Amino acid sequence: MADVALKKVKVSRQSPTQRLSGFFKKYGWSYVFVLPSLLVFAIFTLFPVLWAFVISFQDFRPRGGGGWVGFKNYTDAFTTQDGVFVQAIKNTVFYTLVTVTANIFIALTISSLIQPLSKYVKTFFRAAFYLPAVVSAVIIAVTWRWMFNTQWGFFNYLLGLVGAGPVRWLSDPDIALNSIILSTILTVPATGIVLFTAAMDSVPTDYYEAAALEGAGAVRKWWSITLPLIKSTTLYVVIFYTIASFEIFEKVYVMVPSGVGDSTQTIVTQIYQTVFQQFRYGVASAQAIVLFLLVASVSVLQFRFLKSDVEY
Amino acid sequence: MAVRTISRAGRVGLSWPKSGLVLAWTALIITTIISLFPMYWLYLTAFTPTQDTIKATPDLLPVNASLDNFSRLFQQARDYWGWAANSLLITLAITLFHIFFDTLSGYAFAKKRFPGRTIFFWLILSTLMIPPQVTLVPLYIVVQNLNLSNSLWAVILPGWANVFGIFLMRQYIQTLPTELEEAARIDGCSEPGVFWRIILPLAQPAIGALAIFTFVRYWNDFLWPSMVLIKSSSYTLPVGVASLQSEFSTDFGLIFSGAALAALPMIVFFLLFQRFFLEGVRMGAVKG
Repeated sequence: MADVALKKVKVSRQSPTQRLSGFFKKYGWSYVFVLPSLLVFAIFTLFPVLWAFVISFQDFRPRGGGGWVGFKNYTDAFTTQDGVFVQAIKNTVFYTLVTVTANIFIALTISSLIQPLSKYVKTFFRAAFYLPAVVSAVIIAVTWRWMFNTQWGFFNYLLGLVGAGPVRWLSDPDIALNSIILSTILTVPATGIVLFTAAMDSVPTDYYEAAALEGAGAVRKWWSITLPLIKSTTLYVVIFYTIASFEIFEKVYVMVPSGVGDSTQTIVTQIYQTVFQQFRYGVASAQAIVLFLLVASVSVLQFRFLKSDVEY
Repeated sequence: MAVRTISRAGRVGLSWPKSGLVLAWTALIITTIISLFPMYWLYLTAFTPTQDTIKATPDLLPVNASLDNFSRLFQQARDYWGWAANSLLITLAITLFHIFFDTLSGYAFAKKRFPGRTIFFWLILSTLMIPPQVTLVPLYIVVQNLNLSNSLWAVILPGWANVFGIFLMRQYIQTLPTELEEAARIDGCSEPGVFWRIILPLAQPAIGALAIFTFVRYWNDFLWPSMVLIKSSSYTLPVGVASLQSEFSTDFGLIFSGAALAALPMIVFFLLFQRFFLEGVRMGAVKG
C-alpha cells in the first residue's frame, strides 16, 4: 500500500515536459507507425465521406451556388427527369436479386461438385474459373458487347443456326437489362467458388464418417452436414455479391454507353451522369448517400436473416 | 497397413456416387468452357483481320490469324504504351504504399497498446461499409480546385486511403507469437528494427495476398480514373480501352487488339502466382 502511494506522489511531481517525454517514450513509436495510414485515411476517406453528407444538404455547384437547402437534393434526386433515379434503383435491385441468387446457386453447385475430386483437379478448376476474374471489367464488358452485337455477334450467330431471328440484345429496351444480367450469370462466380470450397475443406471429416455409419447417402450428407456447416461463408458470399451488384457500373457503362432509354440505368450510372453531365454535385451526393443507406440496410437484413442459426 | 487404411478413410469428406461423378465432370467441363469462352473470343477477335470480324458466319477458329490489328493499334492509338506506363506507375505506387504502411499500422494496431488505438481502429473499420461512390463528389471537387485533373496523383492519393489492407494485416499479425519481438527487444533491437527484422519477414504470406489484391484492384480500376484522367496521354489501360471503343466504333479488330493486350499482364500474373491469388481471396474474406 505504501509503495503504491509513494509511486503516485512521484508521478505527480514530474514536470509537464517530463510527463510528455515519458508519454512519447512509451507510445511515440506506435503513433509514428499508424500516422501515415491515418493521415491519408483522414484526408482522402474520412473527410470526403463527411463532406459528402454536408454537400447532400447544400446547393453545391462548380461555380458559385452554396447555401443550405434541406432535403431538396434528396427530393430532386427522386423527381427530376420523370424519376429516372427511381427506375435506376428498380433496375439495380432487380439486377441484384437475379444475379445474386444465380451466383450463389451456381457457386454452391460447382463447389459441391469439385469438392470430392482430387486436390490437383480441384486446383485446376478453381484456377480456370478464377482466370476471367483477374481481367478488367471493362475488357470483359467490351467482349460481351461484341458477342451481343446485333449484326455480327456470336449470340445471334448461334440463334441463326437454329433459324431464330436476330435479337437486338443491347438496343431493345425490353431486353438490354436482361442481356446484361445474362452476361453476369454466364460469368462463373469465381470468388464464391474459392470461398465455398475453402469452407468445405475445413468441415471435419468425422461428421461425414459418422453420417456414413448411420447410413446417410451423399445428398443427405451434403444437405445435413455441408450446407449447415458452411453457413457463415454463405452469409459472407451473399453480402459480397450483393454489395458488388448494387455498385454495378463498368459493365453497363461499357456495354450500353449512352443507355437504352431508362431501361439500363443503375444507381451508379445515375450518380456518374449527375456529376459529369449535369454538374449537380448536391444531388449526386444525395444519390450516393441513398446508395449507402440501401447497401447498409440490405446487408444488415441479410446478416440478421442468415445469422440466426449459424451456431453449430 | 492398418494405419494407412485408417488415414485414408479419414480423408473421406463429401463424396458422390460413381454415376453422379460422370454428371459432375460433364457439368464442370461445360462450365469451364462457358467461363473461358469470352477470353477465347477476345483473343480470337484480336488476331482476326477486321474485315473478317464482320462476316455472317464468324470463324470459330483462328483461320486467318494475323498481327495486322496490333500494328494498326500502335499506329492509330499512339498513346497506347503511355496508358500502359500510367497504369503501371499508378498501380505500383499504390501497391508499394500499402505493402509498407499497412503492415506498419497493422502491426501497431495488432500488438501495441496506445491511447486512441480502439477509436482509430473502429473509425477505420466503420468506413469499410461505405460504398466508394460516396466519396466521389467531394474528391472530384478537390481535384478540380487543385487542378489535379490528368495528374496521376489524382488517382494514386485516394488509392492510398484504402483501409482494407490495414485490417487484413492487423488480423494476420495478431496471430504471430509475441515472444520473438520481445526477444529482439531484449537484445537491444529498436522499435523500427523489430518491425523491419521480425514483423515484416513473418508477415510475408499476408503481404503477398495484400500485394496481389491491391495490384489487381487498381490495375483494373475504372470509374475514378475515368473521371479525373481526361487527356488521352494521361489515361490508364482500362480508360484507354473504353476510349478505343468510342473512337474506332466499328473497327472491332483494332479495339480487340487493344483490349487483348491490356488483359495480358493480369493473365500472366495470375498464371504465375495462381496459388497466392486463391489464398489471398480466402485470406481477404476472413473478416468477421
